[in-house]
Amino acid sequence: MTLPALLASAHPPAPHINYAAIAPFEALLGGAVVVLLVGLLRSRFVRYQVVPALTLLVLAGGLAVTIWQWNDHLSVVSGALRIDDLTLVLTMLFVAAGAATVILSWRARAPRESAHGEYHALLLSAIAGMSVLVAAQDLITLFIGIELLSIPLYVLCATEMHRSSSLESGLKYLIIGSVGSATLLYGLALLYGASGSTSFSGIAASIAAGHTSNALLLTGIALVLVGLAFKASVAPFHQWTPDVYEGAPTPITAFMAVATKAAAFGVLLRVFDVALIGENLNWAPALATLATITIIVGNVGALGQSSLKRMLAYSSVAQAGYIMGGVVVSSNLGAAATVFYLAVYLLMNLAAFAVIIARERETLHGDDIDAVAGLGAERPLLAVPLTIAMLSLAGIPATAGFIGKIYLIRALVDGNYAWLGVIIVVGSMISLGYYLRVIAAVWMRDSPAPAAALAGNGRPLIAGGSEEAASDGRDFEVMLVAVLFGAATVFFGIVPQPLFDLAQHAANSLTAFL
Amino acid sequence: MLSILVWLPAIGALVGAIAGGRRTAGTVTALGSLGALGIAIALIAGFNGNGDQLTHVIDVVWIRSLGIHYKLGLDGLNLFLVAMTTFVFSLSLLAANLRSQARPELFFLLLGIAESAVLGAFLAQDLALFVGFFDLMLVPFYLLTGIYGGPGRVAATTKLVIYTLAGSLLMLAGAVALAVLTAQDSGHAINFTYSALEATRLGRGTQEWIFLLFAAAFLVKMPAFPLHGWMPDGYREMPIEALSIFSGVLSKVGAYGFLAIVLPIMPDAAVHFQTLLLLIGLASIIYGSAMAFTQTNARLIIGYSSVAQLGFITLGIFALAAQGAQGAVLQMVNHGIVVAPLFLIVALLAARAGGSEDIRDMGGIAMRAPVLATIFLVVTFATLAMPGSGNFVGEVMILLGLFKTKMVFSIIAFTGVLMASVYMLRVFIRSMHNRSGPEVDSREMRWRDAFVLVPFVGAILLFALYPQIELSRAQDSVTSSISAAASVAASTTAADR
Repeated sequence: MTLPALLASAHPPAPHINYAAIAPFEALLGGAVVVLLVGLLRSRFVRYQVVPALTLLVLAGGLAVTIWQWNDHLSVVSGALRIDDLTLVLTMLFVAAGAATVILSWRARAPRESAHGEYHALLLSAIAGMSVLVAAQDLITLFIGIELLSIPLYVLCATEMHRSSSLESGLKYLIIGSVGSATLLYGLALLYGASGSTSFSGIAASIAAGHTSNALLLTGIALVLVGLAFKASVAPFHQWTPDVYEGAPTPITAFMAVATKAAAFGVLLRVFDVALIGENLNWAPALATLATITIIVGNVGALGQSSLKRMLAYSSVAQAGYIMGGVVVSSNLGAAATVFYLAVYLLMNLAAFAVIIARERETLHGDDIDAVAGLGAERPLLAVPLTIAMLSLAGIPATAGFIGKIYLIRALVDGNYAWLGVIIVVGSMISLGYYLRVIAAVWMRDSPAPAAALAGNGRPLIAGGSEEAASDGRDFEVMLVAVLFGAATVFFGIVPQPLFDLAQHAANSLTAFL
Repeated sequence: MLSILVWLPAIGALVGAIAGGRRTAGTVTALGSLGALGIAIALIAGFNGNGDQLTHVIDVVWIRSLGIHYKLGLDGLNLFLVAMTTFVFSLSLLAANLRSQARPELFFLLLGIAESAVLGAFLAQDLALFVGFFDLMLVPFYLLTGIYGGPGRVAATTKLVIYTLAGSLLMLAGAVALAVLTAQDSGHAINFTYSALEATRLGRGTQEWIFLLFAAAFLVKMPAFPLHGWMPDGYREMPIEALSIFSGVLSKVGAYGFLAIVLPIMPDAAVHFQTLLLLIGLASIIYGSAMAFTQTNARLIIGYSSVAQLGFITLGIFALAAQGAQGAVLQMVNHGIVVAPLFLIVALLAARAGGSEDIRDMGGIAMRAPVLATIFLVVTFATLAMPGSGNFVGEVMILLGLFKTKMVFSIIAFTGVLMASVYMLRVFIRSMHNRSGPEVDSREMRWRDAFVLVPFVGAILLFALYPQIELSRAQDSVTSSISAAASVAASTTAADR
């Protein structure tokens, strides 16, 4: 054997990589590096204004290449990633959430206390991780994606370094997230052991051929489910959610609530509705049970909360239960309903969080429900988006949440899970108890804080208002996000067809159903 | 045409709210509503009473993926309900214009949206659209009560909204299930329009559980015993103009839903649950009347009397006979035009009794207010279905229809008519005659109050003298909407024999 041949056998040829196809990841990760480096400059103007602007530019670039790849359906890096419509639609959601987060943290405390470069670079890496996760076509990429998204988030949760609850939140998330990752990893190993393949299509083929050891496979499925349930905050693996959401800087909470959820459900669709579709009779009842528990736990948990962030955390648990229904039915319709609801969920949650952020900066009440009391008379431009968001989360007509719920229930009835549809409805009824409490506070109570409680320039000192940031305590860009996403919630409640088409495209790329 | 009718009030209110100004908001909203009333009258005049066909149909595919259409249509069933809605809204808006309040733009904007939602619910010919409007009309009333209501408003409005939304969310699940299962049975693509849903009849078991979901929503809205728990608090706290609309118009949407949706689409289930619904109707009559005897708050007396009246309407619908259903539709219109002025009169009475709405604090108000007393007397007589009033015709038709199919129920229900005269006369005597209350200041109503109340009296007299104007136009549609259920009922009875 000649030496070159020997070397070739020792070093298998590197996989061919279609660099053009993975442009979104390149844009996001490359952008992260640039942002990090620019953040090292001394000029305050550069750090405070240029870095966020640059981040937005990177996100815009990511969005542009995503749209450019529309309808490409490429399998890249030896089949480890798949750039299809599901990947692209979800990437658009991540980018939208990321852009909103950048705008919401423009004058926030967190990037000042850590560093603008790091803060925004971590955010971009997390977004890239999410895209990798939902593009993953084998177990290894899946794990890389989930770590790439989690590790930056652990840090981001702790970026308000002078507030101990923020540090606590980061640490808690790190510990629980590691447990989830470890469980997931163990499950992935067992799946590989059972099927002899790491690729999703290989696993599906092995299951279809009946070559799998049942005990190993089922244990593997169970552990993967638990691992992903941690990420998606599905009960009973949701306990970290309220604490972490409450402690993290609010823009990061908003980002976690919408983007992490979308990523987790994207990968749930990939794993359960593609790789494990052959075992669907075994896992669907388990998932349906988890969804039921999640809906009840989330909604009941939210009832007694006075902190808006905790309330939204529990509400996000409950909403995860609704979305789970779309995965349970394992049908094209179910997948489309899942994607649709994720998009809708993003719109209404970002509107709500933007209002919370605005009030955190304007009042001394933090994220307590008192902070929004009397908002209707005082600040209609904030009150209306918050009201729309709450109505939409509760599923009232003329909002996108209503259409999303119809779509989910339709998929459930169609897939013979009508009872889960009824559970969703019962959950929505319970949820009225806390969503309406917010609306009642906004419109039917008087503002508890006298204006004199605001320090100096109209911005409370504890919210970190500093001279150059605060003009009059009313941050224009935060209001813009609230109004924009509130308007979008109503718009897609009345004209949902564009979102339907996107969701349908995304669902069609799960070839198992076609 | 119908789209203009539906959206005109909301657009008027929106323009008013944007134009701002204390006076403009109310005036523009009232103008929008009056415009809708004008369209409704034109529609009545142009309505061709023959046949049960929909007219002025607008049918646009709204959400393709879900088979939801934006389909509006007018037939004999909803024609007069639409007219009654615009009528009651217009006059209540005028009444609201007569007093000043904080944040009038928001108040009128909410009422304008509410009117559009109610009109939409009556005219919708697509189930998802109906559910949408049905839920949507609750939001303004939630806010109206919560912002402008009495001292216990937040608790009351929360109770109101949770009761009614719980019902309508169940209906949402039922509606989606109905459409999906119909699509599966028929093999067609999913379609929410009434006509498509009527074309395929589902299995009886499926119909039955879906029926219960719909019934929950409609009975809460009406409200019917035992689902009326939100009513006393809600009625006590609501601002009076909103209340006259809520009681006069919104309660009818539930009854209309039974006639337009439940009976044609789920006839087997309707027959199966006929006795249950009749019992609920009967219980509502007896409970409502008994409570109306014992209450002293004028609002609540009228509120409980509405429970009883809606019980009558339920009986008429579930008699499953043409006459009963026609009586029910007539009675829906009648009740709307008598209960709305009653609440407005209560407001006038309270203003003369030192702000109290308790009939024990009233008394002797007729002394120096003969015109007010006369108007009140006319409305009272209409409410208690004095022979010669439109309500008398309605109730007689209901009882006749019921007598033919379920005689026992009819006999018991007859006592409700008697009880109505007792509690209504009690209100009238205690407030207008008797010894003067401690803070009563009897004075005549002003011209502008008369401006609101006289049209109501005119409408009451119109329907008293010539109910045929409604009956002839509604006849064919009503008959066809209950025909499916009636034929199922007939065949069941035949099989029993």
